[in-house]
Amino acid sequence: MNFDDTPQEAEFRATARAWIGANAPKQYEDELRKSSLGRTQLKNANILEVAKAWQKKKADAGWACLHWPKEYGGRGSSPIERVIWQQEEGPFGKLSHMFIIGHGMCGPTMMAFAREEHKRKYLPPLASGEKVWCQLFSEPAGGSDVAGLRTRAEKDGDEWVINGQKIWTSGAHYSDYGILLTRTDPTVPKHKGLTMFFLDMKSPGVEVRPIKQASGASDFNEVYFTNVRIPDHQRLGGVGDGWNVSLTTLMNERMSIGAGVATGFPELFDYCSSLMLEDGPAIEDRAVRSKLANWAVKASGLRYTSMRAISALSKGERPGPENSIGKLVAGSMIQDVATYALDLQGAAGVVSGPEDAEVAGRFQAMLLRAPGTRVEGGTDEIMRNIIAERVLGLPGDIRVDKDVPFNKIPTKGRG
Amino acid sequence: MNFDFSDDQKQLRDQARKFLAEKCAPKAVRIVLDGKAPYDKELWKGLAEMGFLGVAIPEEFGGAGAGHLELCVIAEEMGRANAPVPFSSTVYLAAEALLIAGSDAQKKKWLPAIASGEAIGTLALFEGKGNPAPKNVKLTAANGVLNGVKKPVADGAIADFAVVAARTGSSGRDNDISLFLVDLKAGGVEVKGLTNLDPTRGQAEITFKDAKAEPLGAAGEGWSILTRVLDRAAVLCAFEQVGGADRALEMGRDYALDRIAFGRQIGSFQAVKHMLADMYVSATLARSNSYYGAWALSTNAAELPEAAAAARISATQAFQHCAKNNIQVHGGMGFTWEFDCHMYYRRANAMALGLGSLSYWEDQLIDRMRKKNAA
Repeated sequence: MNFDDTPQEAEFRATARAWIGANAPKQYEDELRKSSLGRTQLKNANILEVAKAWQKKKADAGWACLHWPKEYGGRGSSPIERVIWQQEEGPFGKLSHMFIIGHGMCGPTMMAFAREEHKRKYLPPLASGEKVWCQLFSEPAGGSDVAGLRTRAEKDGDEWVINGQKIWTSGAHYSDYGILLTRTDPTVPKHKGLTMFFLDMKSPGVEVRPIKQASGASDFNEVYFTNVRIPDHQRLGGVGDGWNVSLTTLMNERMSIGAGVATGFPELFDYCSSLMLEDGPAIEDRAVRSKLANWAVKASGLRYTSMRAISALSKGERPGPENSIGKLVAGSMIQDVATYALDLQGAAGVVSGPEDAEVAGRFQAMLLRAPGTRVEGGTDEIMRNIIAERVLGLPGDIRVDKDVPFNKIPTKGRG
Repeated sequence: MNFDFSDDQKQLRDQARKFLAEKCAPKAVRIVLDGKAPYDKELWKGLAEMGFLGVAIPEEFGGAGAGHLELCVIAEEMGRANAPVPFSSTVYLAAEALLIAGSDAQKKKWLPAIASGEAIGTLALFEGKGNPAPKNVKLTAANGVLNGVKKPVADGAIADFAVVAARTGSSGRDNDISLFLVDLKAGGVEVKGLTNLDPTRGQAEITFKDAKAEPLGAAGEGWSILTRVLDRAAVLCAFEQVGGADRALEMGRDYALDRIAFGRQIGSFQAVKHMLADMYVSATLARSNSYYGAWALSTNAAELPEAAAAARISATQAFQHCAKNNIQVHGGMGFTWEFDCHMYYRRANAMALGLGSLSYWEDQLIDRMRKKNAA
């Protein structure tokens, strides 16, 4: 048992570190380091522009999408090299946020299902950040039950005509392309009538409307499709095979390891280390210490769980299922951490404006953004189902709509 | 990075699991549970023959000289099997104290006897209510004899010798405390068994009346030695707790797959699935924290104090969580004496207190994190 790099890993790390040291946008390092959930903007610069510039610089030097093949804009690196890169990139990795969906989900789906000429055309600019991609799966009637989606695709000659609505599309407002899951046959059971496409987000008939979130910010969108035409050669996988294609996409999302999920603990520990309560320093208060200790072992437990997965990668093995706990643990933890930080502030905790609030309102921002973390990318309940079924081998939920033609499934609960 | 046990260590785990499945089935545990024997003597002998008792004891003192990672692997299996033997008191506490502070003569006398299964040892620290703290040590040592009462002492009724924490000063500082070795079979020692939460591991009250004792380690160094012993034992106990948590989770999962209610497997209800998923989450966090503790223990890293406290808290919580919800998954049957669920519930809650309770270790963890940050 050790935490040492192999000689090859050490060499890779040194090369990566040297390049990052010479090229990263250091003027933003401090600000990026201090950014936390719900508070991710830069003060004097547009973070999207800074992110795109950093991604392009990485791509030009061969440091973008490390695990992708070289011909598609990657580096052909091993999974462990990708992890080492993430460790070395540190706070600058936060700039990759706008590319996560494209690089983590759209790219791998294109690689598995697109025609060769499409891969060569679309993947390199996706890797370099010159083109941004989004993923159009969720719908008002299909969130956790994504296979219940209703957006229709109807064949018309060599084209498909799309009508319907998507929701919760991250970054649709700045995306150039998207992968789109549609219903092509409503007369068969829901999982069997789906088909996947990719499309130009500037196509006529695509309308993007930002959602004002409960936090007040707008990171997500509704996307409306009115007679949008997609050529058949942009279909990914067979007609009616969309569900299997989407599983590839989602599987890739859950394979990403080592990026580290935000728990809010380091922020809270820092805060408590300097905070004075009526009876003395917060960190010397028994109740505060008990709370901190309980969160500390969750945060360290997640950190070491991810190290176990990295060790498996380093040995060339597939990581075990234990990494599936990350989002479930971190999501509700960051919400609880933020709630507690405000509790420690007493009545003043209600003030959230950065100019007037405690520690520039970082915990207030965290609190307001946190509910989303327990929903996006699979709700806590879906994550528990995944652990119960895929890790523990418990039976799937009983599905009353499994063998029912999609157009015969009830659409209303009452009345 | 290789944050995992080696193939040899995993093989040792399989070997220990197979051995314990044969020699330490729930049927065997129940003999001790029902009070028909103070501990499983046959199993104890078998553990000695397998080399498990002395796995981390150097060869020159009669052990296998393997190491603490190997001991962690065995500890996990002991926890899984709920073994009714004085393994933790003898191997994690007494042997570790001897290894850290014993003179050559003391090591030669006791360590080979531990490895061969001839001697059972324990640590006599507590004196009634309260967590580990120098001020709670009232038992006195003077002129080579001890006077005072220790309780509870794990496995005190079957132990041959004890490492005893005694007061040798009154300055109010840590160096008021010194450690002593006492032969419990000699005069001046009265032992009374105590009914306790987990009958598969006895607890005792030991009264020392002018009991002969020899110093273990330097005078006034007792508390600093003890702190190190407790940290090392915390990691090793964490592996037992992780083993127990995993077994309780497995029992719950298996029952959820077998039991039919409302015309379906109860494991198909989300209320049950999600309860089991949450048990898996705590067991996984505990395992990962314990692995880090194992690394720190085996390399004597500066991180050991913090890693030990984190492993202790995480593993205590996980074992308690899995053991209690295993009963919940079993419903009424889980609350019978006949089902094995309560054995893990008892063990989980007894282990949560043995080295100091959760609140003590929470406090320790924050202290140690602050020290690291200040450094």
